[in-house]
Amino acid sequence: MLLERLIKFFTSLRLTVVLLVLSLVLVFAGTLAEVHLGLYKAQTEFFRSFFIYWHPAQAAWKIPVFPGGYLLGAALLLNLIAAHASRFKLTRDKIGLWIIHAGLILLILGQLATDMFASESQMHLREGQMKNYSEADRMDELAISDITDKKLETVVAISQRLLAQKGDIHNDQLPFVVRVKEFYANSVLTTNAAPDSARVNADSGFGAGLWWKPVPRETAMDRRDMPSALVEIVTPQGSLGTWLVSDWLEQPQTFSAGGRTWQLQLRPERFYLPFSLRLLQFHHDVYEGTDIPKNFSSQLLLNRPDTGERRQVLIYMNNPLRYDGRTFYQASFDTDNQGTILQVVKNPGWLTPYLACILIATGMVVQFLSHLVPFLRRRMT
Amino acid sequence: MKKFIPWILVVVFAAWVLSTLRQPPETGFHTRDFGRLPVLLNGRVQPLDSVARNTLLQIRQRQSAGDLSATAWLMETMMNPDAANRRNIFRIDNLELLNLLQLPESQKYYSFNQIQPHLDDISKQAERINSTDDANRTVFERQLLKLDNALEIDQRLKLSLCPPGTTDFTGQLAAYQQAIPDGVAAAQAREAGKKYDQVAFNRLLDFLSSYNDLSKFAYPLMVPPAPDAKSRADWQNIGQNLMSVVHGNDLSAAVKDYAAMATAYNRNQPAAFNQAVEEYRNWLNEWFAPEARHGAQEYFFNEFEPFYKAIIIYVTAFLLAVIALLTFALAPKLSETLRRSAFGLVVLGGIIHTFGLVFRMWLEGRPPVTNLYSSAIFIGWGCVVLGIILERVFAVGLGSAVASFAGFVTLVIAHNLSMDGDTMEMLRAVLDTNFWLATHVVVVTLGYASTFMAGLLGVTYVLLGLFTPLLKYKSGNMELGKVLAKMTYGIVCFAALFSFTGTVLGGIWADQSWGRFWGWDPKENGALLIVLWNAAILHARWGGLIRERGLMNMVIFGNIVTSWSWFGVNMLGIGLHSYGFMAAAFWWLLAFVLSQVALILLGMLPTGMWKSFRTPSRPAGA
Repeated sequence: MLLERLIKFFTSLRLTVVLLVLSLVLVFAGTLAEVHLGLYKAQTEFFRSFFIYWHPAQAAWKIPVFPGGYLLGAALLLNLIAAHASRFKLTRDKIGLWIIHAGLILLILGQLATDMFASESQMHLREGQMKNYSEADRMDELAISDITDKKLETVVAISQRLLAQKGDIHNDQLPFVVRVKEFYANSVLTTNAAPDSARVNADSGFGAGLWWKPVPRETAMDRRDMPSALVEIVTPQGSLGTWLVSDWLEQPQTFSAGGRTWQLQLRPERFYLPFSLRLLQFHHDVYEGTDIPKNFSSQLLLNRPDTGERRQVLIYMNNPLRYDGRTFYQASFDTDNQGTILQVVKNPGWLTPYLACILIATGMVVQFLSHLVPFLRRRMT
Repeated sequence: MKKFIPWILVVVFAAWVLSTLRQPPETGFHTRDFGRLPVLLNGRVQPLDSVARNTLLQIRQRQSAGDLSATAWLMETMMNPDAANRRNIFRIDNLELLNLLQLPESQKYYSFNQIQPHLDDISKQAERINSTDDANRTVFERQLLKLDNALEIDQRLKLSLCPPGTTDFTGQLAAYQQAIPDGVAAAQAREAGKKYDQVAFNRLLDFLSSYNDLSKFAYPLMVPPAPDAKSRADWQNIGQNLMSVVHGNDLSAAVKDYAAMATAYNRNQPAAFNQAVEEYRNWLNEWFAPEARHGAQEYFFNEFEPFYKAIIIYVTAFLLAVIALLTFALAPKLSETLRRSAFGLVVLGGIIHTFGLVFRMWLEGRPPVTNLYSSAIFIGWGCVVLGIILERVFAVGLGSAVASFAGFVTLVIAHNLSMDGDTMEMLRAVLDTNFWLATHVVVVTLGYASTFMAGLLGVTYVLLGLFTPLLKYKSGNMELGKVLAKMTYGIVCFAALFSFTGTVLGGIWADQSWGRFWGWDPKENGALLIVLWNAAILHARWGGLIRERGLMNMVIFGNIVTSWSWFGVNMLGIGLHSYGFMAAAFWWLLAFVLSQVALILLGMLPTGMWKSFRTPSRPAGA
């Protein structure tokens, strides 16, 4: 009895309509929220969540007030599958509907896969510069490099997640302990005392004498955090000193330990590629007599040592480079027009929307024709 | 006789439309020939007439300057600025602004001479306002910026053809060319620290400093590249060409001919002016034939004003269709004649609308929708086509009424959107792709059009049902209310198909350009809202959750969703699709949304209050 009622509930069209209307409200509210929360934060709170929470300003507790994107998506998926499992028969006049719904399921699952498996990073190249890695938008790492051997550099990278927990970090390849004493996910550094800022408690490197303060994290898509941390290097013989590491400091800081020379740098997290790209030339074309951009394009040299592949590639608006499971898009550029910023996307599910689109469009045409043709025929006679 | 009335009406309107194509030959200055001459502005070749019209739209909100045609006004502004300065062409409505400028409130348009004493004030204020956030500006501040912009364009036009105050530009050019050899020699001697001819040096310097102003501030680029230049897009303004003569370049034939025009214009010698225009046209036909052709074609389009004519025809058709509906029971025969007349006119309006749409596409070399303006034209076109189909299938006059209303309203909206200037502006880099404009944008705009169409049918249902007994009247063997419901359902199906396909295509475009199928951009969300709402309507109907009235109320809400997606998201000022904050449009949107809410509330009144549902069903004419 209860089971029957449950089945009836989950297969009902009434539930479909309610879920669609709730989705409508969610998307509308999410769009409005994007104005003051920023695209990134609004997405996380409204669409990539199970519930949307409400809490009074400064309160530690929160209550769920509305279903989030994950919950509504899952419920719609369940409703759809349940309805097909119990109600629909695969008859001739329902074929279109089956195809449409199959496409929808593929679309939703594909987007879920994208959400879970896709990764985005950026590659900033100045003209003439070559890189074999891209950098994360929102994650840093503390790179500790052994540069004693001029020919071979060994790097140990400590991710931002670990740094944020503070405390001691051990690694077999390091003859010392990295003690994270302070970590700010976003920060401002100054050379003089500023309101709310404190003196950096470093006794070695560039940080001694600087002032810093934590600031709220960026929520807009086009701005990034500038993390800073205070780390102490501790050998079995005792402390070597305390360093400030920060995204603001562009040069690495050098010290010696265990008879070797080390470099210390906080930098955007890197994803290494099995090939390199060199920016040969960046073009920013405008329409004659105006500032209206006509095209942005990057002429690059792709070089892959393990296969010996070496060729020029051109990336421009609406024409990315798809290579080695990654896609490189023309995303932005330096204001002096001599550098390019490429968006690097790795998305194993990128084909699903294409397939889903074909399925759904086919289904809709089949469905409408199967109604329209008899209708018109009736009217003709 | 009655059989022919619709045909006669259509023929009369068609004759009116065609009659405007035949223009009497011009006596005096050949303004129209001047208006056809091609120049480069906003990155595209266009006739001087378009420059004139788009400028006037921005400063006067009209396509003419009172009794002067746009081109005639442009000629005066470029060649005789003193006279132009006396002409009332700056429209100022804001009382605070008028106060600041100490201008009388009694006028609507003001002259440059009236405003001139306050130019400093205006530019200082504008500089301050420009440093503030766009969204927080007051009406006064916006109006001031608008005036500042209008003044700037006006000033630049005066510096586009010849130095202000020149009456004999041809003579001046000869003197300039004569002054060059001695002047250059003097300058070189001076550079080398030798003795130099002070008089020759100063004479050349005087010319150059006035031409330097032209080269820096000119508005359209009027000089085509040299015939042997590498790029055909490499146009110059007249000042640049004059300055380059010092470096040994040739004076362009364009400059010589324009100088002859200006000289003749100031001496009031129409024959000489017309001859100079003719000579320039011959030169263009030899070296820049495609550009000259393009200028003439766009000029024809400007003069023909297809959308304005379509508006007039749609209004007439709408009135006829409404009367046909209201006389449905009282005078069936009259009603049928009117209905057929309205249908004929809607088709005629549709043909002219289509002609305008296709001509624009051909001029631009683009798919129909490239900006907000063209989306309004295209949405109207889509509604008219759907309405014509509905009227063919259910011949009850409803299709014509809805089609003509939608055509009329969207074209009026388009007209208001054209106030910002050039509607054929060049497309920013990301949008510069005919493939995606032709697929995603066209399909999603058809989705907007059909959702609006369904909404309009819903509004018709509520209004007819509440205030007339018509819904229960029978046309053939079906009640009008049932006919409306059938139409609406069919259109919602189309709307779901188009909006869904269009949205997914948009996602695929995004995947091609930015590497993500879906990024929750406000415009994407707007399109998704339309898809969700259409899906909700269809599922609610399939599940029997709504019937006729429920369907109608839901499709009226669809109007709100669509208007949000079409205009509302642009007002958020974020995301990739935003076209800037549109303060004035915001109030219109709000008013529209409130009107739709009111209609939905009306639609929810109990059936006892509906005139249609109090009367028993009966056949037409009974």
